[in-house]
Amino acid sequence: MDQPATLSPDLIGAESEVVLFEVERGAIRKFAEAVQDQTPECLRGEVAPPTFPTTFRMTIPGLTYDLARVLHGAQEYRYERPLRAGDRVHCRVRVADVYQRKGRLGEMTFLILVMEGRDEAGTSVFSGTTTAILR
Amino acid sequence: MTGPVLAARSDQELDRGSVLPDLRKAPITKVQLVKYAGASGDYNLIHTDDETARSVGLEGVIAHGMLSMAFLGEYLCWLAGPESIRRLSVRFNEMVRPGDTLTCRGRVKEQTADNAGRQLVLEVWAENQRAERVTVGEAEVQIK
Repeated sequence: MDQPATLSPDLIGAESEVVLFEVERGAIRKFAEAVQDQTPECLRGEVAPPTFPTTFRMTIPGLTYDLARVLHGAQEYRYERPLRAGDRVHCRVRVADVYQRKGRLGEMTFLILVMEGRDEAGTSVFSGTTTAILR
Repeated sequence: MTGPVLAARSDQELDRGSVLPDLRKAPITKVQLVKYAGASGDYNLIHTDDETARSVGLEGVIAHGMLSMAFLGEYLCWLAGPESIRRLSVRFNEMVRPGDTLTCRGRVKEQTADNAGRQLVLEVWAENQRAERVTVGEAEVQIK
């Protein structure tokens, strides 16, 4: 029996550890090649494609759900500058909101995650907002 | 190699409503989805395993929404250059399947200028071969 996906609003405010990610030239190139991104700086592995922060994967304690039942509803990135090979980015993701809403597929749970990336000096480099829909 | 497409355009050519050139991507393949899974770290099997996809009511694997967003990211790099991108926000409206061919399109929503250069708010979207806007969004770029 399928159980409706539910997440508790108690999760709001839960966050990951701060995780250090090193932006590697080979990882940039591999990402650009998978996307078939023709941007020369990206193909050379010098500058990361705009959506590269999606590679920074972190876990939030207490937040679990069935991956196969999650839809990615929306995504936003804001940038102070592009990520470059050799960057060391300190990232953290937190639960910004959890709410229920009726949608095309019936009652659904919306999960809003906010990721922030800072350089070694603590200056913001980018932020990302993910809207995930659990059906 | 020429510079970003928009850098060569005058203010008048980037007025509100101006249509931007489009970027047609190669058809999406299952191999591309496997590569993207590996490169991005998104191992959700609904993108790479038909059996898993069918078990949740899909006809077969679907592309990562983030792949279509990556196409729009490339589109912005091509239009404005990778150093120029300030924001990209998208909604994933329709599923994308292997065999689909996406084209990135855009239009100027707003243009402002200050000492730092010209800021453009762009309406951008990826549409499939049936002209359905599968991923739609808005971007901000800053050009010289």
